Amino acid sequence: MRLTLQGVVKRFPAHKGQPPQTVLRNVDLTVEQGEFVSLIGHSGCGKSTLLNVVAGLTCPDAGRVMTGDTVVTGPGPDRAMVFQNYSLLPRLSLFGNVREAARAAASGRARAVTDEIAERYLTAVGLWEHKDKRPGQVSGGMQQRTAVARAFAVGPRILLLDEPFGALDALTRSRLQDQLVELWQSESTTETVLMVTHGIDEAIALADRVIVMGNPPGPSIVEILDVDLPRPRDRVKVVDQPEYRRVHQRLLSLLRDEGRAAA
Amino acid sequence: MTVLDQVRLDTPGEMVRDTCEPFPREPKRAVAPQVRAALASTGWALLGGGVLVALWALIASRSPDLPTPAEGWAALRTLVSSPFYDNGPNDKGVGLQLLTSLQRVFSGFALAAAVGVPLGLLIGASRRAWRAANPVVQLLRPVSPLAWFPIGLVVLKDAPNAAVFVIFITALWPTVINTAAGAAAVPRDHRNVARVFQFGRLAYLRHVLVPCALPSVVTGLRLSMGVAWMVIVAVEMLSGGSGIGFFVWDAYNAANLADVIAAIALIGTVGVALDIAFLRLARRVELEEVAA
Repeated sequence: MRLTLQGVVKRFPAHKGQPPQTVLRNVDLTVEQGEFVSLIGHSGCGKSTLLNVVAGLTCPDAGRVMTGDTVVTGPGPDRAMVFQNYSLLPRLSLFGNVREAARAAASGRARAVTDEIAERYLTAVGLWEHKDKRPGQVSGGMQQRTAVARAFAVGPRILLLDEPFGALDALTRSRLQDQLVELWQSESTTETVLMVTHGIDEAIALADRVIVMGNPPGPSIVEILDVDLPRPRDRVKVVDQPEYRRVHQRLLSLLRDEGRAAA
Repeated sequence: MTVLDQVRLDTPGEMVRDTCEPFPREPKRAVAPQVRAALASTGWALLGGGVLVALWALIASRSPDLPTPAEGWAALRTLVSSPFYDNGPNDKGVGLQLLTSLQRVFSGFALAAAVGVPLGLLIGASRRAWRAANPVVQLLRPVSPLAWFPIGLVVLKDAPNAAVFVIFITALWPTVINTAAGAAAVPRDHRNVARVFQFGRLAYLRHVLVPCALPSVVTGLRLSMGVAWMVIVAVEMLSGGSGIGFFVWDAYNAANLADVIAAIALIGTVGVALDIAFLRLARRVELEEVAA
């Protein structure tokens, strides 16, 4: 499903001594069906806000977001999100977390079918044997894998990822990235992915396009870089390819300039 | 040197003293610290109790109407030796009176929980319900529950039921207020999860709102129980006929202050037992929270 943003503006009113801010300044963006797009930028550039607007959690002050031909007015079953801090419900088991989301996505469905879906995705992220544990009893990586399973289990057309691997150690992160790409490529329903990230390597290794966002008062979208690397990408070999290094260099210099402007 | 510096300098010194002290003496007494701590707290408790009894004895020696500690102790032993005798409506054992009071407290308390928890959840979850209910709650909360006794008496036409009604009112406010506070404190993350994954009302209630409010609910119930147990004595002095409050009043009318003092000790004991039971419950809920 194609995702379109047209002239999206989001302002935050003055709050606790902070002046009012226009975090999203006339954002135009199209994410094609089947595309994996990374959003990268310094803190405060509005990348998480952009994701929340697409998710329907926040309303834009101007402009509109469209999934396919429908205008987004709130959260919907065509979009699912993996939150930055896992955000599992603490009193439900890992299985319960996945199942409740799957159930809410299709309330008319038979219970057995919902359970089967939850089982499939929890197995896909390798957590079936831990299904009865509570989120507090497992590691951060396992919590985030559950959150990924939960997002896929609702069968979304568009997957939104808000710094999904930010709080994880490097090893866990790369394994989880692989699992995510695998799930994305094997799932027929979930085609389009929009991921907010801090990591340059992560942005390039996963995405077809990297969108660099800038801090106020400049434009929200500074530059869009194509990542022309074939899939499946081997995370060890991909780093040595000239294309990877080209994008890496460009991102580094763009972000450094942005950092200077912000400072 | 600033205050902060002093604190920084002082704290490590204390820590060193605390951790190092047991080692030079007898390293083999590994279990002893716990036993010693228990003995120490018992000792301090005995000291506190001793001071109270000494003061009491001092005052009793100057005031002939006040029973001495020995007389109080004798009265307590007599009361406890046959707590469940029943010689008609005006002469019942103190155990029966306590049970009657407990039954009233639990009835009123259960009613308050049945009404207060759902009401609190609604007030906490809905801004409109909060705006509507908050002024009413704030106005009625500071009113002594005993002021409701005449209303209960007229409407229910029965003194014991009016006492239960007063307990209901007593237990209602802490339950409502704490439940509402817990329900209002659902983390934004959890609300966002419920929104993105489009939880229905029931799923939101079951998986987000109630689990989040549960520790506050238990706290509210515990506070309610504490106040209810205090108020039952007063309301039974008004309602008469039976219950530990009536027992106290009856003993006073019979000029038997020793029984009043013994009853105070018993009421306190039951109150502590109730509070410990609720503390256990609260700790279990919290443990579950930590494990979750």
